[in-house]
Amino acid sequence: MRSVAARRYNRSVLWLSGAYVVLLLGISILFKRNLLGGPIAYPAALLPALPIIGIFAAIGRFIAEETDEYQRMLLIRQTLVATGFALTVATVWGFLESFDLIGHADGYYVAVLWFGGLGLGSCVNRWWERRA
Amino acid sequence: MNNCLKVLRAERSWSQGDLADRLEVSRQSVNAIETGRYDPSLPLAFRIAELFERPIEAIFVSPTKETL
Repeated sequence: MRSVAARRYNRSVLWLSGAYVVLLLGISILFKRNLLGGPIAYPAALLPALPIIGIFAAIGRFIAEETDEYQRMLLIRQTLVATGFALTVATVWGFLESFDLIGHADGYYVAVLWFGGLGLGSCVNRWWERRA
Repeated sequence: MNNCLKVLRAERSWSQGDLADRLEVSRQSVNAIETGRYDPSLPLAFRIAELFERPIEAIFVSPTKETL
């Protein structure tokens, strides 16, 4: 059975993911129709980033509030794998890009890589579980 | 860290889930401790020892003694 912290985390991620989709679609439509300009465009452009930042915070809260120490260890290892993966790919990409060997990638793709890295971390944990 | 958790649990006819419920941890945690994949913290080791009414060293084998 999942812990209280895990259930809270799942609920948060569900709500934040929904908010992200709504905000991204809404803001994209407003920008495409040239309805946003001037100083207001800056906070508006940042709105879709807020749920993503919220998910980072939710993961931090999950780690802090998980009372099962083994589950917490698995979660920490998963996030470390994700961080290492995202930083490695971003570093490799950055050098290739700086020498004009590869196209430009927007910075927010680091977050996409990190979320992908969470999947990789989950695989590492499963491998660890089956090891013994 | 080697331990006799599985034996102690079997003596009481407890499943891993039963032990997990008593310790308020996940079944995965019990499995990881039993198989030596995870060393519990001192507070959890004390909870285990108190549950089985044994000293910690009667349940967990000291890594230094394992190598001797």
